[in-house]
Amino acid sequence: MDLGAINPVLLVASLMVSATPILLAAIGELVVEKSGVLNLGVEGMMITGAVVGFAIAVNTGSPLLGFGAAALASAVLSLSFGVLTQYLLSNQVATGLGLTLVGLGLSSLIGKPYEGVKSTTLPDLHIPLLADIPVLGPMLFQHDLMVYLSIALVAAVWAVLKFTRFGLILRAVGESHDAAHALGYKVVRIRLMAIAFGGACSGLGGAYLSLVRVPQWTEGMTAGAGWIALAIVVFASWKPWRVLIGAYLFGGVTVLQLNLQAAGTRLPVEYLSMSPYLITILVLVIISARGYHGAPASLGRSFYASS
Amino acid sequence: MIRLVKRPQPSRFWTAVTPILAVLLTMVVGGIMFALLGKPPLEAIRIIFWDPLFHPQFAAYSRPQLLVKAGPLILIAIGLSIGFRAGIWNIGAEGQYIMGAITGAGVGLAFYPMESFIIFPLMVIAGALGGWAWGMIPALLKVKFGTNEILVSLMLVYVAEAWLASVSSGLLKNPEGRGFPGSRNLQQYDSAANAEIIAGTGMHWGVVAALIAVIFAYVLLTRHIRGFHIRLTGEAPRAARFAGVKPARVVLFCLGLSGALAGMAGLFEVAGPAGQITIDFNSGYGFTAIIVAFLGRLHPVGILLAGLLMALTYIGGELAQLMLSLPGASIQLFQGMLLFFLLATDVFTNFRVQLGRKGAA
Repeated sequence: MDLGAINPVLLVASLMVSATPILLAAIGELVVEKSGVLNLGVEGMMITGAVVGFAIAVNTGSPLLGFGAAALASAVLSLSFGVLTQYLLSNQVATGLGLTLVGLGLSSLIGKPYEGVKSTTLPDLHIPLLADIPVLGPMLFQHDLMVYLSIALVAAVWAVLKFTRFGLILRAVGESHDAAHALGYKVVRIRLMAIAFGGACSGLGGAYLSLVRVPQWTEGMTAGAGWIALAIVVFASWKPWRVLIGAYLFGGVTVLQLNLQAAGTRLPVEYLSMSPYLITILVLVIISARGYHGAPASLGRSFYASS
Repeated sequence: MIRLVKRPQPSRFWTAVTPILAVLLTMVVGGIMFALLGKPPLEAIRIIFWDPLFHPQFAAYSRPQLLVKAGPLILIAIGLSIGFRAGIWNIGAEGQYIMGAITGAGVGLAFYPMESFIIFPLMVIAGALGGWAWGMIPALLKVKFGTNEILVSLMLVYVAEAWLASVSSGLLKNPEGRGFPGSRNLQQYDSAANAEIIAGTGMHWGVVAALIAVIFAYVLLTRHIRGFHIRLTGEAPRAARFAGVKPARVVLFCLGLSGALAGMAGLFEVAGPAGQITIDFNSGYGFTAIIVAFLGRLHPVGILLAGLLMALTYIGGELAQLMLSLPGASIQLFQGMLLFFLLATDVFTNFRVQLGRKGAA
């Protein structure tokens, strides 16, 4: 094995790229869970976003249009979950699983003609001055638009939740929907908005996988990324900046194991490729051993206005 | 204005009717989907639901397939349903299925080429133990640390898949396979083969096990104190604690049982219809079984019927692929839609729909 073959600058740079899809999905799911809804369909929405984004980008030649379409498609899909759980009061866990199964089926149906097709990808931005700093420049300042957008999104979610009236209402709905309802807030409407936002973010994350990270369409390409995003929200104790840390840590593990595979360790490839999942479990154990701090009190409970 | 009024108890009538309603809705929406794909909708529905059983040419082949496909689905779904009843969400049955297949086939291959009647029972036990052990990981973590069993059991599916890839090109690889990944074919090894019990029916030991599991689950849930505890934990966790039910025991029991049944299903599959351990040996039964469990209303007899129906859509889907060149993925979507419509129509089970303005208080 030749550890010298691993370039730390490239490692950090590719870490940011590999973390972005999960970061986008996780920050969306954080908002959903903050409103008191547990949407386990992240995987299904991500893969739908991946295929829709890819298809639109191939047909129009514009990756940005692809991202937009992916966000829209996943938001619409997530609203089916919203209607079921909010109006028809179905079980959130079961409905989320159903959403994942529907998304997986739908995506492979749409994606069949696009297997093996190439798409244009997002160009890397060369941020003036900053990109020219040695070491730090290629590490942090020569990425594509979505990498920076995902970080900006984390900041925006943090600021909205913490400083704005809307953020306060959203958190109130998530902590106690009955109290929020008694105060006259439209619980169902706010939750539907959160669900659609979460869907759009998952769609962007999925499209990032198929348009930038890989970049092509293969069936089942999300490979559990949506579930890992769910785990990261727990890891982050429902705090936006910790979602960023969690996603980058996870991205780091993924990139490191890929680099180790390429460098030719004596560890078999299969054991390396199961490592991200094992580490996710390990992190979940460590976090839950401390107790669930910060989980919204109404998380996963159906809201039924009795009067 | 439409208002929903909560029923004091779930309606028995609607509990039975919603699955049928969901199937009909799926047929309608699925038909529209097929029409959009440019296929004749009515013919597609007929091929999926009718032809596998009654087509003059294909039925002879596809009828036995019904039991072959329904066996593992029912076996896994029974285990899952018991956990779901208690509010314990094991969604990693696919991983437990893979591990059961690996351990079971591993025991069988260890005895090769010895012939003895004891080998197959040993393999079944090993398969169940493999699935049980894989299910115990999320169970123990949940009991010890309060870790979410949904995420852990799902993560373990990917770990199991990586392990499957590892053993099929390493530990269990056929030494006479000319370097191709995949184990020896267990169907050609008489003591380990899970052959048809009655030729031409598709009835193998996995189907027998599934039927036993249905009866066992029925007795457990309706006649046994442990089944009562499971239902109590799901419906009123606080009451269950006051009644002296130990939540940890319920978690361990439910995840262990569903893991063991999924592991057995994996073993019966690898020793029977699949024949060998290969990289892509698993075919998503563990996930489809979730739909089966819900479609069967988490009731053993319902699951039996739902498993047969879901097996029908599998075979019908293959037939439609053959006859109409319908994409294989559309049947997956079809199954997902079925679960969605079931959950949607379930609102009638728990709520009464009231039209008009609400009356004076």
